[in-house]
Amino acid sequence: MSLTNDTIKQKLTEKFGDQLTNWEEPYGMLTFTAPKDLNIKVLQFLYDEPQLRFQFLTDLQAVHYPGKTGEELAVVYHLHNLADNVRIRLKVFTDVNKPDVFTATSLYQSANFMERETYDFFGVNFIGHPNLVRILNVDEMDYFPMRKEFPLEDQTRIDKDDEMFGR
Amino acid sequence: MSHQDHILLPEGSIEKQTTTLNLGPTHPATHGVFQNVLELDGERILSAVSTVGYIHRAFEKLAERRPLFQITPITDRLNYCSSPINNMGWHLTCEKLLNVKTPKRVDYLRIIIMELARISDHLICNSIVGVDSGAYSGFLYLMQYRELIYEIYEEVCGSRLTTNIGRIGGFERNFTNTAFEKLEKFLHEYPKQLKEFENLFTRNRIFVDRTTGCGPISAERALNYGFTGPNLRAAGVDYDVRVHSPYSSYEDFDFTVPVGSTGDCYDRFLVRNEEMWQSLSIIEQAYQKVQEFKGKEAEVYHADAPAYYLPEKKDVYTKMEALIYHFKIIMGETEIPAGEVYNSVEGANGELGYYLISDGGRTPYRLHFRRPCFIYYQAYPELIKGGMVSDAVITMSSLNLIAGELDA
Repeated sequence: MSLTNDTIKQKLTEKFGDQLTNWEEPYGMLTFTAPKDLNIKVLQFLYDEPQLRFQFLTDLQAVHYPGKTGEELAVVYHLHNLADNVRIRLKVFTDVNKPDVFTATSLYQSANFMERETYDFFGVNFIGHPNLVRILNVDEMDYFPMRKEFPLEDQTRIDKDDEMFGR
Repeated sequence: MSHQDHILLPEGSIEKQTTTLNLGPTHPATHGVFQNVLELDGERILSAVSTVGYIHRAFEKLAERRPLFQITPITDRLNYCSSPINNMGWHLTCEKLLNVKTPKRVDYLRIIIMELARISDHLICNSIVGVDSGAYSGFLYLMQYRELIYEIYEEVCGSRLTTNIGRIGGFERNFTNTAFEKLEKFLHEYPKQLKEFENLFTRNRIFVDRTTGCGPISAERALNYGFTGPNLRAAGVDYDVRVHSPYSSYEDFDFTVPVGSTGDCYDRFLVRNEEMWQSLSIIEQAYQKVQEFKGKEAEVYHADAPAYYLPEKKDVYTKMEALIYHFKIIMGETEIPAGEVYNSVEGANGELGYYLISDGGRTPYRLHFRRPCFIYYQAYPELIKGGMVSDAVITMSSLNLIAGELDA
């Protein structure tokens, strides 16, 4: 029996009602947003529910949207049901000034390094993480380099016109 | 647990019973920049703390200022033992975002290159396991065949280690006859050598005793730790991206996915060896399919996607359209459609994923690499706990950790 996106959506709405929003299917992958207090409850439900069994955390990372006031940081989980071979994407938005999200390490050991990496680059504070320290950058770094306020090139340069040569 | 009970020392002469040892970051046995601070009781490992990030190069940040085609050389430097797979994975991700459909011949040519890369990766990994367990000769037997693979890359794209092979939509040029001749030479010579290598190792009593039960992991733990690729299959889970979500026409091929049971070094070794045989069979099938294309079809080496596929140089000089597209692509003026795509390929050491978010600009808004060995490396302390220091060394090499990929 194959698991369809509609079944997943139906199961989730039965359990969580309209708290889950922004249902999309870009390139066939079911994508939705959960409130940030609910992220572990949703992950746990997806893990335990016998029909869903999303027990493999493929990937976890963050995206910074400086324009979205109050929900600048998005933490994105890619989950995989290996038995039915279905992938879904769960997003959790959080305020950049108070970037607290519950950790998924209790469910997935693999989340340990991935959350550390996300903390390292975006400053997402994973509550309950066993060892939330920088992983790829030096420990002395006092900013979160992947945020959009740190442009890659010197923005004061005037000899380069992005309108003409966009890079 | 201590094996030093018989040593008689005056009471209080040793304050700390355990020893701290830095394994790495620049020890030759670690094959890359890996540091582990081991806590030892005698020679037995009590705990390990891994430090990563020594060669972090901020690829994800770099990618946010680069047009798509300039990101390909970045992907080379992830798993540099099998760069073509990374390149192809990136091209496939872009093609998924841009809705470019590649012709079958391109798919098959890509499969030839990707499987060659898998062989070159596995042969290094397996022969290094041999070196670390004290058998240097296997390494010398196989290493010369990586040279043959690199010569094929060289014939196709001009470079060897960091290949930057292919383009969005296909290859930069058609495979020459020399490339196919070199491929035939490899297909003819390599199986004999691989057989010889297997004869040296697979039933070798010393090697078997050395590697069985070394760094084992159960299937459940492996899944929980996010293992993918040969390491997961050695633990008994038959997950292979090539089969689960076929890309680049893998569904046209007949191959088996080898699976182990205990997830120890020996199983990982066997799974990789068998995968090399399977890869050889896939390459043979693909080569046969490529030869079946006749006439005009045999000349196809890229998709019809002029806005993203860099045109051939001679067209740039003679055709107006090609000149325009060339200029637009090189100057990074091509706008990427907005979208959000996750695409993964079966890299040589696991599921290599690309999560690309585009907001409609000229460069990705966000690009994340799912690097398989970054994710499974966190199981390393658990794998080596309770073992000997020398077990830690072969466990590390049999996990196929590549520093470039780990640190991105």
